[in-house]
Amino acid sequence: MSSSPKAFDTEFIAEVQRESEQNLALCYQCGNCTAGCPVSFAYDYPVNQIMRLVQTGRKQEALSSHAIWLCASCETCTTRCPNDIDVARVMDVLRHMARRENIVSEKAVGAFWKAFLESVEKHGRVFELGLMANYVGKTGRMFTDVDLAPMALRKGKLGLKAHDIKKLAEIRGIFDRYREQK
Amino acid sequence: MSLCYAYYPGCSGLGTSLEYDISTRALCRNLGIELVDIPDWNCCGSTPAHAVDHLLSACLVGRNLGIADDMAEARELDGIITPCPSCLKNLKTTQYRLADPEFHRKVELVVGRPLRADLPIKSVLQVVVEDLGLQALAQLVKAPLAGLKVVPYYGCIMVRPPRIMQFDDPENPMALDNLLTELGAEVLPFPLKTDCCGASLGTTRKDVIAKLSGRILDAAEEAGADAIVTACPLCQMNLDMRQSQINKANHSGHNMPVFYYSQLAGLAAGQGETSTMLDKLCVSPRPLLAALAGHTGEGA
Ligand code: SF4
Ligand code: SF4
Repeated sequence: MSSSPKAFDTEFIAEVQRESEQNLALCYQCGNCTAGCPVSFAYDYPVNQIMRLVQTGRKQEALSSHAIWLCASCETCTTRCPNDIDVARVMDVLRHMARRENIVSEKAVGAFWKAFLESVEKHGRVFELGLMANYVGKTGRMFTDVDLAPMALRKGKLGLKAHDIKKLAEIRGIFDRYREQK
Repeated sequence: MSLCYAYYPGCSGLGTSLEYDISTRALCRNLGIELVDIPDWNCCGSTPAHAVDHLLSACLVGRNLGIADDMAEARELDGIITPCPSCLKNLKTTQYRLADPEFHRKVELVVGRPLRADLPIKSVLQVVVEDLGLQALAQLVKAPLAGLKVVPYYGCIMVRPPRIMQFDDPENPMALDNLLTELGAEVLPFPLKTDCCGASLGTTRKDVIAKLSGRILDAAEEAGADAIVTACPLCQMNLDMRQSQINKANHSGHNMPVFYYSQLAGLAAGQGETSTMLDKLCVSPRPLLAALAGHTGEGA
């Protein structure tokens, strides 16, 4: 990556196209994706503007947006795009790229995902209590669901022990080989 | 016709949605659908995996698909099923992308084994309404849910994106509506049936959940519903376990039970607590069910 961000980064456009397998030029800014997006109210750029940032090669703005981390992957945009663009997949790909460049505008979301995947790597399945402890450790936030804990525990909804799979070595192998591939 | 599926329970079935898993197994047993758990299944990585990398997501799913391949060698299977829409979407998306030979090769390399991944993949809901048919369900109903007014809440990804999920209508699905009608409940029209609840932002951005799940609770109440019925563990958790948080944030006073459809099926089939597990719900449905029983003159 060059140190001074390019105003019109054609390489970035090509990269998003390739990784998402979508033809970004098809977007004619009708705004359907934004109209249906449930999280628009919390976004800094509505999803059609994210599409526009990508079309015009504005890498820095796209990758440092909060929107890409707040996207709930609800697939409404993809379902309603008149040009059959898998918009949710483009949002996914932008997150992948942002992570690779260490730009995580919503720190809590990034930390939660990381803690989640660490739990999967360690146990093969998600261990909710361990995941929460790890998340608190990463964010320095007090367990933000502390008000729910008594209820969750009483209902047996927060497992106190991990349900490790038997062949943990297979999961470790997958994570290891995945990292080598990258 | 007897159906047999490889069953993928998903992580939430071990904890936060234990009642969904148990009541789903009971429903399938009663309908004569045989479930064989995918042995030693692992987490599909849920949203974090596909948000971090598509290859990682596909490989985590791939291991499970590979085990299901082995199961299909040993006996005839009608496919893979899961109750959880999020697991379902990851399973189906992976299968869809494996059609690309280049990607397929990469995934096999990382998973460390060849993959056929050609079994049909469906939600339990889809199998019940499509493969088995609602007539089969009707035969189970011993105590119709007469007088119970519900809104069906599908969540966003049970039917989306349609190219991958291949189930019902992406804007106005009817599977759950029809199923609940068959159980004797009064199903109210619900325009928010596929709107997003805020999904996995529950831990990180409570403001988003308060707004989106709050809107669903408001609309259900305005529609005149006694309860919401879901088919998704994440939706259920946001609407039920977080209902008190949402009330606090929005200054609302909802006290709306949020059932899994499989629990209501068990109730209508006259099954006991061990398979319906109503006590697991955070907002207690007891007063509602007692009031209903009072009206129909039956015991609670
Ligand atoms: S719906 Fe499709 S064409 Fe319309 S603005 Fe969004 S991405 Fe562009
Ligand atoms: S997938 Fe993301 S961007 Fe698309 S509508 Fe849903 S929340 Fe908005």
